[in-house]
Amino acid sequence: MSGNLLRVQPIRNGTVIDHIKAGRGKKVLDILSLSGSDTTISLLINVQSKIHKRKDIIKIEDRELNEVEIEKLALLSPDAIVNIIRNYAVAEKKVIKTPPFISEIVHCPNENCICNNERGVSTNFKLLSKDNLQIKCTYCGRKMEEDSITFI
Amino acid sequence: MKHVVSIEDLDNKRIMSLLKRASELLPIAEGKKKSDKLKGKILSTCFFEPSTRTRLSFESAMQRLGGSCIGFADPSATSHLKGETLSDAIRMVSGYSDAVVLRHPREGAAKLASEVSDVPIINGGDGAGHHPTQTLLDLFTIKEEIGKLENLKVGMIGDLRYGRTVHSLSQALDRFNTKLYFISPESLAMPDHVTDDLTNDWSTHQDLESILGELDVLYVTRIQKERFPDIEDYKRVAGAYRINSELLKNAKPKMRILHPLPRVDEISTDVDDTKHAAYFRQAFNGIPVRMALLEQLIGGK
Repeated sequence: MSGNLLRVQPIRNGTVIDHIKAGRGKKVLDILSLSGSDTTISLLINVQSKIHKRKDIIKIEDRELNEVEIEKLALLSPDAIVNIIRNYAVAEKKVIKTPPFISEIVHCPNENCICNNERGVSTNFKLLSKDNLQIKCTYCGRKMEEDSITFI
Repeated sequence: MKHVVSIEDLDNKRIMSLLKRASELLPIAEGKKKSDKLKGKILSTCFFEPSTRTRLSFESAMQRLGGSCIGFADPSATSHLKGETLSDAIRMVSGYSDAVVLRHPREGAAKLASEVSDVPIINGGDGAGHHPTQTLLDLFTIKEEIGKLENLKVGMIGDLRYGRTVHSLSQALDRFNTKLYFISPESLAMPDHVTDDLTNDWSTHQDLESILGELDVLYVTRIQKERFPDIEDYKRVAGAYRINSELLKNAKPKMRILHPLPRVDEISTDVDDTKHAAYFRQAFNGIPVRMALLEQLIGGK
C-alpha cells in the first residue's frame, strides 16, 4: 500500500473505493455520476494488489458514498471495499454485498414489461449469479448480464 | 396464498395432483354430473386483451362447479382508459371476488397483480410471458393420451422462436425427464434462454421425417405469416412443415399430435380422423384442468 501512497496523496475527507476489479474503475466513475462532479477525484488503474494481482482504486475528496451508490458499485465490482475517510483516517469500512434483489437502480430493457408501463412501479431484479453477473427481472423474466445493464 | 403466475409456481407434486383431480372432474366438465363445490364463490375474469377461448373456458369451469363469474372481456369498458393503474384495478377487483383471472398485454402484469391482490391471481396470459393453465392442459392431454408424463420423447414443430406455449411446455416437460426434439427452420429455432435451462437430452432438426418414428408426442404450432417479410419465404417454410396422413404412416401407432389451436393449414384436415389427432380433445381439456385449479385455489382443497 505504501507504494500507492507515493503516487497519490492521502485524502483528508471523502471516500476511497479499494479493490475495484481491474479495468472497471472508469465504468464505476461513470455509473456513480462522479465524472461530472466538481470534487477532486483520483482514479488509479492496474495497481498491484496482493489479493487479485491487479486492482483499480478511486479516491473521492469531500464526498461520502450513499447506500444507493454502494448498491450500484456492488453490481459492478462485488469485491470492492468502500473506506469512508474522515480527517485522514478510515472512519468506516464498508464491505459491500451484492443484494439478492436489486430494486429501482437498474432499467428493464423490455419495453413491454409492466414495470416500464405502469405508474408507481419500480424495477426489481433477482440476482442469479454474482461472479459472472447475471440478474433477472422479477416481472417479465428478462435476464441481463453485466454488459447489458443500464442504470436508472 | 397461492398465486399461479407461471408454471414454475407449481412443483411436480402439485402438478400431478392437479392432473389427477382434473381426470376425476371429467364427468362434471362434460356436463354428465353436477357439482356445487364452489357454490357462492365468485371468479373475476379481467381481460385487458381479448382471448375468447381462455375466458370462456375459465367461465365454463367456474360455472360447472356451481360458482359464478364477473368481469370484462375488453378494457375499453373499464376505468383503464381513464388512466387507472393495473394495481388499483386489481385491488378493487380482488375485493369483489374469491379469485382473479388476469389477461394482459404486458409481460409481468400477473406478477405485479399478485403483489397487491388479497385473493389468488391466475395468470391467463401476460404478453409474450407466461400462460400456465395452457401448459397444465397440455400436460394433462399428454398424460391422458399416452398414460404417463415421465420419460417420453416429445417433438415440437413450427414456430419455436416466438411461441410462448412451447417455451413453457419445454421447461415443464423437462421436469419429467422428457427427451425433446425441436423441429423448425433455423430462423424460428427454440431460443437459447429456453434450451439453456433444460437438464435432459434435446436436439434440433430441420425436418420431421427422419425422427418422426421415435416420437410419442408431436406438438405442432402455427407459423405466423407476419414473421416473414417475404411472403414467398413464408409459403416455402409453411409448406415444408405441413403434416398430413401420408407422412404419419411412419409414426408409432400410439403417437399423438397436439396443437394449441387455432390451426391454419399446418395440420391437414385428413389427419383429423386418424388416431393420432388429439388436438380437439386437448382444447376441451382446458375445462377440467381449470376446474381442478379453481377448486384447489378457492375451494380450500
